[in-house]
Amino acid sequence: MHQLLQQIFSGLAAGAVYASLALALVMIYRATDLVNFAQGEMAMFSTYIAWTLVNAGLPFWAAFVLTLVASFLGGMTIERIIIRPVENAPVLVTVVVTIGLLLIFNALAGWIFTYTLQEFPSPFPDRPLFGALMTTRDLGVIGVTLVMLLLLFAFFRFTATGLAMRAAAQNPESARLCGIPVGRMLAIGWGLAAAIGATAGIMVAPVLFLDPNMMGGVLLYAFTGALLGGITSPVGAVVGGLIVGVTENLVGTYLIASQLKLTVALALIILVLVFRPNGLFGTAIVRRV
Amino acid sequence: MSEGLAVPQDAAAARYGGLDAGAWRWIAALALIALTAALPFAISNYHAFELTLVMIYAIAVLGLNILTGYNGQISLGHGGFFAAGAYTAAILMHRYGVPYWATLAPAGLVCFALGVLFGLPALRFEGPYLALVTLAMAVATPQLLKYFDSWTGGQQGINLVKIQPPPGLGIDRDRWLYLVVLVVLLLAMRVAANMLNGRTGRAFVAIRDQPIAAAAMGIDVARYKTLAFGTSTALTGIAGALSAMVISFVAPESFSLFLSLSFLVGSAVGGIATISGAIVGGLFIEFVPNLANDISDAAPWAIYGLAMLLLMYAMPRGVAGSVGLLLRRFQSRRAAPGEGDQDHKGRMP
Repeated sequence: MHQLLQQIFSGLAAGAVYASLALALVMIYRATDLVNFAQGEMAMFSTYIAWTLVNAGLPFWAAFVLTLVASFLGGMTIERIIIRPVENAPVLVTVVVTIGLLLIFNALAGWIFTYTLQEFPSPFPDRPLFGALMTTRDLGVIGVTLVMLLLLFAFFRFTATGLAMRAAAQNPESARLCGIPVGRMLAIGWGLAAAIGATAGIMVAPVLFLDPNMMGGVLLYAFTGALLGGITSPVGAVVGGLIVGVTENLVGTYLIASQLKLTVALALIILVLVFRPNGLFGTAIVRRV
Repeated sequence: MSEGLAVPQDAAAARYGGLDAGAWRWIAALALIALTAALPFAISNYHAFELTLVMIYAIAVLGLNILTGYNGQISLGHGGFFAAGAYTAAILMHRYGVPYWATLAPAGLVCFALGVLFGLPALRFEGPYLALVTLAMAVATPQLLKYFDSWTGGQQGINLVKIQPPPGLGIDRDRWLYLVVLVVLLLAMRVAANMLNGRTGRAFVAIRDQPIAAAAMGIDVARYKTLAFGTSTALTGIAGALSAMVISFVAPESFSLFLSLSFLVGSAVGGIATISGAIVGGLFIEFVPNLANDISDAAPWAIYGLAMLLLMYAMPRGVAGSVGLLLRRFQSRRAAPGEGDQDHKGRMP
């Protein structure tokens, strides 16, 4: 029982990271109606920025904030320059473009920072808590994710920009007629998603060690979480990400060898898509012919 | 043949030197094939080996083109089927002593079956979702290969005995394999052309462009989508089997996500809904990374990524597609007004 609880808590910590990245995916899907395959590599690149800043002698939290700002600006720039021209292009084009971005970020990171594994500092000490049920590091990761979620919720619920962004995502034409600068809102959406992804990268890097391919598996789990929760639902993404984190940990501990964890994610994706294509919280999209 | 058409045909016959355009096309194609078959004897062994790989990639990209280009189902996981073909051939040769030429058909069949099995749930996935599922498959492939190590040799992979050319022919191994792969490539292109230019190909394209209208016209969408999946993966699997023969070695790490993405890049570069574009794609996949490696380890992927972005903005039809478009424009400008629609004539029922 003790081991089970332990595994659930460490699953929740991993799940918090998946949930953040899943949330970033959902934000971009809602805003620009495309699946961003480069989300993980963007997060990895942001993590390298944080790593450079920390190595330059900045205190951790200052580097953290600076990285979020840089990622936000970077995300906006990507939307403006790379995504805007293919906004209304067929799915194939947007998939190829985001895959191209994935390759470019991966290669850039390899080029600039080399492919060797780097240690990344954790802001939280690694001490056991509550009779070794969880560690302070797990608690810290979950805490940071919760704070971020609350801030995001408050932003979308209580600020004028948040409201405008929701309007722009839901009905671009009407929003534009109301005087909302839809293009700028979409860019802000990409910026926010990049910043959320950066948080996920920084939180996971102390565990996985930093290298250009760090986020490959994480991105897959995040996709699974987003699909499980429903790719149109932010709440769903968070719940889905947490479920995937816990499932991954339990399955890896009790059922099968941990080399097959990614295959479990694949099976889970297929099952969700076959039996509940809109996920647990998503809404069905009706298409007109 | 009516009287009215006889005159322009005579004129055309005179212009083409007594043979009609179709015959000239055949002669040109045969000459090109003869030239390609003679090529390995004019270059070094290593270059022949490189060109063999180009043709193998071309077959794999052709498979992807059928699925993604013609049928509109996006796959980021064809590296997985390439691996399945390679391992089928390797296991047959290594464990059961099957001669290499007899492994192509089983590899194709296994991958056809896998593709159909994968295509059935894929019927429910649209656009980005299918891309996602196949991406997950590509990521999981090396892990799966390592896990079933009693069959696949795990991390170490399988070392194969080098294939020897038939004795008495007097050519060496690299050139023999070049010719074998060339024959398979030509067959694959012929089969693909027959399928895509006929009823099946029209059904594929109709489903890609307007799935609902296609269903309303009586096209069995599920059947054709599954067929596209199976044919596509069978071709890619055969390419995988050929790669196992040529390289004499298979290991999980050769079939990473980046192999799948290479196929997609090759497909986009060559022209995603073309047959000849597959060769351009094969050339790109084989030679561009080699050239770029001189700059940096990371450069090939950077160039792949940039090529994908630029092509999507500048040449969405790929190299072969754009050249084809230019040729058609050029021809229709030269042709007399009445002849301008000759493109459609052959397709009339």
